[in-house]
Amino acid sequence: MTAEATDAPLHRRLGLADDEYERIVDTLGREPNRAELAMYSVMWSEHCSYKSSKVHLRTLPSEGPAVLVGPGQDAGAVDIGDGDAAVFKLESHSHPSAIEPYQGAATGVGGIVRDIVSMGARPVALMDPLMFGPLTDERNRWLFEGVIAGVGGYGNCIGVPNVGGEIRFGEPHSANPTVNVLCLGFAKADELVTATSLTPHVGSFMVLYGAATGRDGIGGVSVLASATIEEGAEQSRPSVQIGDPFAEKLLIEASLELIREGLLEGLQDLGGAGITCAVSESASRAGMGAKVDLDAVPLREQDMEAFEVLTSESQERMLAIVHPSKLEDVRSVCEKWGLRIAVLAELVEGGGLEIHMGGRIVADVPARSLADEGPEYERPIAAPPSDGVAVEDPTFMPFDGDLREAVFAVLTAPNVASKRWAFEQYDRYVQGQTIAGPDSDAAIVRVPGTMKAVAMSTDGKGRYGALDPYLGAVHAVAEAARNVAVSGAQPLAITNCLNVGNPERPEVMWQFTETIRGMRDACEAFATPVTGGNVSFYNEAGDSAIWPTPVIGMLGLLRDHRLRVPTGFPRGGLAVYLAGDTFAELGGSEFAEVVLGVIAGKPPAVDLEREHRLHRFLVDAAGGALLASAHDCGDGGLAIALAESAIGGGHGFAVTVGDELPAHVCLFSESASRAVVSVERADADRLVDLASEHAVPLVRLGETGGPRAVIDGLLEATVEELRDAWEGAIPRLLGEPAAR
Amino acid sequence: MTQAPRIGVVTFPGSLDDGDALRAVNVMGGAGVALWHADRDLQGVEAVILPGGFSYGDYLRCGAIARFAPIMEQVTSFAEAGGPVLGICNGFQILCESGLLPGAMIRNRSLKFVCRDVWLRVETSRSPVTADLTPGETLEVPIKHGEGQWVATPEQLARVEREGLVVFRYSSREGVVDDAHNPNGATNNIAGVRNERGNVVGLMPHPEHAVDPDVGPTGGQAMFASLLAAAMAGSR
Repeated sequence: MTAEATDAPLHRRLGLADDEYERIVDTLGREPNRAELAMYSVMWSEHCSYKSSKVHLRTLPSEGPAVLVGPGQDAGAVDIGDGDAAVFKLESHSHPSAIEPYQGAATGVGGIVRDIVSMGARPVALMDPLMFGPLTDERNRWLFEGVIAGVGGYGNCIGVPNVGGEIRFGEPHSANPTVNVLCLGFAKADELVTATSLTPHVGSFMVLYGAATGRDGIGGVSVLASATIEEGAEQSRPSVQIGDPFAEKLLIEASLELIREGLLEGLQDLGGAGITCAVSESASRAGMGAKVDLDAVPLREQDMEAFEVLTSESQERMLAIVHPSKLEDVRSVCEKWGLRIAVLAELVEGGGLEIHMGGRIVADVPARSLADEGPEYERPIAAPPSDGVAVEDPTFMPFDGDLREAVFAVLTAPNVASKRWAFEQYDRYVQGQTIAGPDSDAAIVRVPGTMKAVAMSTDGKGRYGALDPYLGAVHAVAEAARNVAVSGAQPLAITNCLNVGNPERPEVMWQFTETIRGMRDACEAFATPVTGGNVSFYNEAGDSAIWPTPVIGMLGLLRDHRLRVPTGFPRGGLAVYLAGDTFAELGGSEFAEVVLGVIAGKPPAVDLEREHRLHRFLVDAAGGALLASAHDCGDGGLAIALAESAIGGGHGFAVTVGDELPAHVCLFSESASRAVVSVERADADRLVDLASEHAVPLVRLGETGGPRAVIDGLLEATVEELRDAWEGAIPRLLGEPAAR
Repeated sequence: MTQAPRIGVVTFPGSLDDGDALRAVNVMGGAGVALWHADRDLQGVEAVILPGGFSYGDYLRCGAIARFAPIMEQVTSFAEAGGPVLGICNGFQILCESGLLPGAMIRNRSLKFVCRDVWLRVETSRSPVTADLTPGETLEVPIKHGEGQWVATPEQLARVEREGLVVFRYSSREGVVDDAHNPNGATNNIAGVRNERGNVVGLMPHPEHAVDPDVGPTGGQAMFASLLAAAMAGSR
């Protein structure tokens, strides 16, 4: 959808196609009024209805022994043993962030936290995978600084630690940054709030509690999230919601207390499409209708029209279904937390939503038609035409530059460099369970009162996706699983956010379906089902789309957190090994972009069976306490994996890498299915045996120790030099005078 | 056998590290008691902690509204009677707003929130959290705040320094106090101060996040041990 001229029919300006309008007329047997049209426009928006993606998402594997709650609910839930559940989901808030970075990112955090709360789980960790255009551009720096401040500003005030999330850069993300957010929650499995765990009754109330409703965020899902970013997009600022994290904190505590006290028959957060979405979905799920009284809604401003109250996306609101006998108890819990409540509606027989305001009926529509009977499309798909010119693969480009300089160039590339500048703005300590934070390949959060912990990694491979969307998705899942496995945790399941361009363009739909195919193959190979997620379309400005970027959130289980494997070399005198094979694969690599100046070639191949063997080897080795450290060998290749291991632990190394491949290929190839590990010399033989049991190639490179990082004949630097370069790169970029 | 000292932790709307402070008390051998802002009852506790967070959203000025909470009357009388009181981060801000401690906090010099492990140099043993420590010792503890730059009027500052009311300064691991080791621009690197009597202490760093080696540094252990001992002493 692109912005319509102001003289176009109202339904088009609200983002509805002509045939969608016809369908509404058919459903109602008459023309909709303005309020009704507004309701359909938000519920049938791409953002709420998944109309372009639904048929493809159904092909993803979603079942497995660990899955407690799969796709279609507010969040997925995974069995982590002992009756405990880990609840998690990824969402995007890219469009609002492109317009107003601080509030866009902040309210994204608020929204995903309410999704977790509405499952009956306590939010215990956040991660923010982000992609921006290059920081050499002033506007990109403004977006980057605003988004980081917004993520921190909101998360830090609600007492949920932010434990990481990958931050990457690419030119196509300049106009439309990719702002995703993951929230993890813990609950007892038998206390999860799902569509079937509670039974609403006819005559029960829909109770709205939390913040008052204002004019902010009107049409956020349709005008903003389901359209491309055009010239003058700043005019859409009123469609960006404003966050109040203090209200959110109270909402979290009140909601969890209401659930704990058994006072609810249903619970839903208000996010995209506001009251319209919460009321229609709750009624539809209950198989009932509702009589709704909009005059009961506490308003922030007077004289709001019905359509505004119905579609406002004011933040920090929840909708509970409450039996009349429990209403006073609900009121007293909310009052204890200083929250106002309003009886918004009453559940009735039948399936109609009868909406009253000012003494008259302002809308009368079937709940199901909004929530479950939206349009569904099989959009045209077309692979982009090959331009017939064979692009040279960087793997075979000659390179006679200085290798040491190349190592420093890749180490200081924004994708690789330390993101400490950002992570220091997030509270990673609160709640006291953060075993490993942003410095680790996977963040690790302990389950309170137990020895077990959950490991999480978020990964997206936009540059690979641009070159080959299928491989981009396979790599994203593989790297996320590898990051969890190097930490010693068993990968269990994923959530995801698929960030792409305009689905009405056949080549974008091709990227999307290739992405789905890659995710499906990888998730099936690793037995890590998809528990839910989010699709973010229309990430374009003008006619340029972002790189197709599936962001994968992988969840793994560590049965005993003391068996966690750190990322960095913890001491000297350890044997260093490379697990996995290195091939000549520089296509789409960091080295190719930064040193050779090209984004081209074929991304590294992924043999899913080989990759899965590596994960099992790493998890087994960790379980036997054999590993002193383990680090994913991916972005930037072996040279960077070694350098980061040294920086992370503060110990140098001396290694030899062999000469089967040209030196620069050996150092910077991004072949999949590899990890750099260190091991006590006394344990080395056992590790070698274990690797051969798993048929994982394991090559001894050298030893850790001393203040220097030495790759025989190719690199000599002090760990201090490496750290200064790695940590200084992002601040240096931000400190530069404006580029324009 | 002596009973574990009972340490109260006040939850205001918007408190965030209240659960962490209770856990730290319990881990260190005390008995944590949850106190509620709207109550006027300290439940007979032997020490009080005002925890970190963003009380009432801190939209006005950090701690400016919390000081008017009903329970603060009890906390003030408890402090005036010599009871040990510890304010951490937002709790420190509340104690300054209440006039129980000197100075005030403004936005960090960087204008950004900062979460980082820092080293603190102990400046005095005369406080409920440093009785077991020796001046010059250093402790590693995390900070996490956006408004943690301690400031004071020239007269206040002179008095605070003259009377030895500084409890902690930001420093290097070796105890060097300089600008390179000042994470927020605090005047004279001041991270924590006490009152004249030495029973009320406030600091921006978070000792409750520095007692469990699995999730952070351990510089808070000695502080909680001191606080528990102070509470025991008060109860006898």
